[in-house]
Amino acid sequence: MDSAHALAAGSSSLLVWLIALPALGAAILLLGGRRTDKWGHVLATGLSGGSFVVGIVELIRMLGRSGENRGVSQHLFTWISVGHFNIEAGLLLDQLSICFVLLITGVGTLIHIYSITYMEHDLDRRRFFAYLNFFIAAMLLLVLGNSYLNLYVGWEGVGLASYLLIGFWNQKPVYATAAKKAFVANRVGDFGLSIAIMIAFATFGSVSFDGVAAGAGKLANLNSGALTAMGAMLLLAAAGKSAQFPLQSWLGDAMAGPTPVSALIHAATMVTAGVYLITRSNFVFDRAPTAQLLVVIVGVITLLFGAVIGTAKDDIKKALAASTMSQIGYMILAAGLGPAGYAFAIMHLLTHGFFKAGMFLGAGSVMHGMNDEVDMRRYGALRKFMPATFVTFGLGYLAIIGVPPFSGFYSKDKIIEAAFNAGGARGLIIGSAALLGAAITAFYMTRVMIMTFFGKARWAEGTHPHESGKLMVVPMVILAIGSVGAGALLSIGSSLKNWLEPVVSRGFVEPTPRLSPLLVSTLAIGAVALGVLIAYLKYVRQPIPELAPTDVSIFTRAARRDLYQDAFNESVFMRPGQYLTRSLGFLDRVFIDGAVNGIGALFGGTSVRARRLQTGYVRTYSLFILGGAAILVAAMLAARL
Amino acid sequence: MNPANYLFVSALLFTIGALGVLTRRNSIVIFMCVELMLNAANLAFVTFARIQGNLDGQVIAFFTMVVAACEVVVGLAIIVSIYRSRRSASVDDVNLLKF
Repeated sequence: MDSAHALAAGSSSLLVWLIALPALGAAILLLGGRRTDKWGHVLATGLSGGSFVVGIVELIRMLGRSGENRGVSQHLFTWISVGHFNIEAGLLLDQLSICFVLLITGVGTLIHIYSITYMEHDLDRRRFFAYLNFFIAAMLLLVLGNSYLNLYVGWEGVGLASYLLIGFWNQKPVYATAAKKAFVANRVGDFGLSIAIMIAFATFGSVSFDGVAAGAGKLANLNSGALTAMGAMLLLAAAGKSAQFPLQSWLGDAMAGPTPVSALIHAATMVTAGVYLITRSNFVFDRAPTAQLLVVIVGVITLLFGAVIGTAKDDIKKALAASTMSQIGYMILAAGLGPAGYAFAIMHLLTHGFFKAGMFLGAGSVMHGMNDEVDMRRYGALRKFMPATFVTFGLGYLAIIGVPPFSGFYSKDKIIEAAFNAGGARGLIIGSAALLGAAITAFYMTRVMIMTFFGKARWAEGTHPHESGKLMVVPMVILAIGSVGAGALLSIGSSLKNWLEPVVSRGFVEPTPRLSPLLVSTLAIGAVALGVLIAYLKYVRQPIPELAPTDVSIFTRAARRDLYQDAFNESVFMRPGQYLTRSLGFLDRVFIDGAVNGIGALFGGTSVRARRLQTGYVRTYSLFILGGAAILVAAMLAARL
Repeated sequence: MNPANYLFVSALLFTIGALGVLTRRNSIVIFMCVELMLNAANLAFVTFARIQGNLDGQVIAFFTMVVAACEVVVGLAIIVSIYRSRRSASVDDVNLLKF
């Protein structure tokens, strides 16, 4: 791999507008205040759409250039200049970033449109749209930055946007706590990213992608300590942002935010930033097999972890959140497979962006029609009342479980295939895990589908389900079309793979597959069929109780409590952390404050007594003078003698 | 006469002056006691000049008188101004500047 190859061949002055448009929207809406209440949402949607148009223009320009010269950059300004150390704030748009730009602005705009109706009765709709625009701007900065430091700015920006939007209804303390939890878990990951940046600077003297790629290419040996450490720290960052093991616990609670937020930030875009980070850092991971192995392990654990949690959740949004975690596990797993998997990670990311955003919008539509009920045990038989939601959600469902020819089939199948092809016992283990994950996915998604749309109505009294308005249905339809067609579009003729090849897998020669693709596809479809069958037997043949049964197996109980992730975090990190801070606080109060206050009190007390000498009577002072003179004279006489 | 006698007188005057400053309330009286102490010092200087047989002490006595004259001017002015504002010449009434 020719690592010294610069990522950008040309330049484009349009790039900054991608970010500037939504940033401008956020600024106008936040600074304009109540005056913009009437038209703020239209402006925000328009600016997000404008950003999408700029993205399309860039895509067309890019298609006009040959593979090696597709990357373009734009220099903004010199950010930090100290001696020989220069950091330029600049943007980089190459084949990898453009995929993200179009996903973020495209899905983002659809969700803006959806939110116009969804948030119609919320008094704070303007603020909501301001945050959404801010998120789009920050996320674009994340994928367009040309160095780790620029990426870091966007990385923190999306973290802030996520925090603000999860806690959008912060009048409920539970929601505010969920926002804080997401923020804190993300901080742990951010810590990893900042250390990775420091390692890059210390080792290569540069934090730009170009510089690190060139430096990593020059390192003689594979698996050098610095690269492995940097890879591990990048993985920690990715785990925080993408809700991967061991930092996964925040995603379920993040569903406290309004549903469009869950669709945009916690399903389609922000949580996939970790996958972007690992794919972007391919020059690090390709030369650090140990770090790559860690990535694969994290991916496998998370994909099973999320899937198992998904089987026991009755809250439709939490079930979808667990599913998101699991699907991102697939992407991380693929990214950990190196050049063989990067393209499939991105492909799954794009198709997942469509079907998961579509399903979240569907869930929002169901909640809208059911008086904000989220418990699937109180749904049922909704297909007759919400036909459009049913059809779009159903297409997303077929896509996520991987039924051919829907998009999820292509992307997930490729990942399973790449996993088996990793070779040896390792390939067999991760391949089987991915297959098992596919079966569980089919099971829990079928469960969601049956509990929501089929069976008998189990609604709360006074519920009158109805289809949602046009502005909500149209985005769902467009995303459903994406869920159907995106996979085939990106996969047939290996189009996405060839597209990304100059960025992520230059000069990589595909090994001969160990298992025939047909066999893998058959196995995958068989696993899916098995999952669907079990769900059918369990939820169609047997009635669904309106209250969650309590006499359940220990496994169900564990899955309901998210496999005790919160209990673990609380007992291992939170409690000892609190003891530590409390004891430090005690030390501070008793010793540090004691010493400081003690010295102060000593002088204060002394001076209070000493000032009593100032009586205000002249004769006292004269006595002092006389006494002083007498002492002086006595001293002089004594010295003489 | 033995010049030491002049010194005894001087010490006596100084003691009377010092006691007067420490014990009296009326500022005019205190002021006169200060003058008494100054003149006790003058007497001592002149006596020492006589004992030594040179004029140094006598010169210093002139200086002291000049300083005392200036001091009288300033001191009396202060006393008059205090008397005007407080209607009292007692030093115990002028005790605002304290803890």
